[in-house]
Amino acid sequence: MHRFANPKRFMDLSRALLPWTAGISVVLIAAGLYLALFVSPTDYQQGQSVRMMYVHVPSAWMSLFCYTFMAVAAAVALIWKHPLADLAAKSAAPIGTCFTFLALVTGSLWGKPMWGAWWVWDARLTSVLILFFLYLGYMALINAFDDPTRGFRAASILVLVGFINVPIIKFSVEWWHTLHQPASVIKMGGPAIHPSMLAPLLLMAVGYTTYFLWVLMVRMRTEILAGKIRAARLRQVRAPVKG
Amino acid sequence: MKPKRKRLTFVILGLSLLGIAAGLVLIAFEENIVFFHSPSDVKEKNIGQDRRIRLGGLVEEGSVTKTAGGKTVEFVITDMNETIPVIYSGLLPDLFREGQGVVAEGLVKNGVFHADEVLAKHDENYMPPEVADMLKESGQWQHMEEALKASGQIKESATK
Repeated sequence: MHRFANPKRFMDLSRALLPWTAGISVVLIAAGLYLALFVSPTDYQQGQSVRMMYVHVPSAWMSLFCYTFMAVAAAVALIWKHPLADLAAKSAAPIGTCFTFLALVTGSLWGKPMWGAWWVWDARLTSVLILFFLYLGYMALINAFDDPTRGFRAASILVLVGFINVPIIKFSVEWWHTLHQPASVIKMGGPAIHPSMLAPLLLMAVGYTTYFLWVLMVRMRTEILAGKIRAARLRQVRAPVKG
Repeated sequence: MKPKRKRLTFVILGLSLLGIAAGLVLIAFEENIVFFHSPSDVKEKNIGQDRRIRLGGLVEEGSVTKTAGGKTVEFVITDMNETIPVIYSGLLPDLFREGQGVVAEGLVKNGVFHADEVLAKHDENYMPPEVADMLKESGQWQHMEEALKASGQIKESATK
């Protein structure tokens, strides 16, 4: 862990990984979308509408994955004060926000034809909406302080407190009566999805994950470079004026 | 090492306390978090007479009848334990069919549920139509449907 906390080492490692993650995510998402939209069968009940699943479900998984990643990074930042952990959490936040937004929008578009409603206030939908607001709150809080270290600390605490929501989202469909159906893939007794539909879904999920890693590294590298520029400017301002 | 250990314990302790608090709150508000009530709930607790509720369960096989030129639909919602007849006039979602999970919103009047909105609930099973037909032909469908009713679709809240 400590080996990767060195910004210099991170810059070297991420430079080598960037083209790979970019390439793999593009190939997997393209292949996944092709299989999902053209090759995979229709559902016995939902017909063509089932194709929304291949975008909606991986987005929803990623919304939880990004948040969990941020919570781990925030804990590492608070406890061990790793220089990269705060940047990792900060860089993951907009990506997670987008995935959550995508999950909410595609879910709404899917809900209207299947359930008969764009939105209902059941436990699953409401808890995911709260997750979306937690992301927004995190990004607002991190920029609300003049002193960036105080902003990071407050935002890290917010992320950790909000982490309670993640198991609530996951198990909401099992603990309470909801309109949203229970989990299909990660459940006891194995997936309840036919292999011809599961394959494109998993391709999309792995593609989304590599996309996350790719954009995360781009954003972290930008943060590190921006930090260097700030430091150089400060040195310039503070240096005695000669001549 | 010391302050690190201290911060670690603080974070773990804080999160555990928060988790317990959240759990207690959710248990206390369970009644308000559920999106719908099962027919057993409605009969047992005698709710839905004076305030609008949502009633959820499976549409009983063979219970759907359309009247008044197809505008008004009557069907029976069941949780395999209790049943409540429902009357509704309006558009039904595509997934509405017998044996399917539905959630209806409205009021109970003289033991009949007068719904003004009906939503379809779909289950967690995804498969191509051919596979569903094969399962039906080979007789495995009944078995699967029973397992489905026992697990996901209908929760055994009646026994609580």
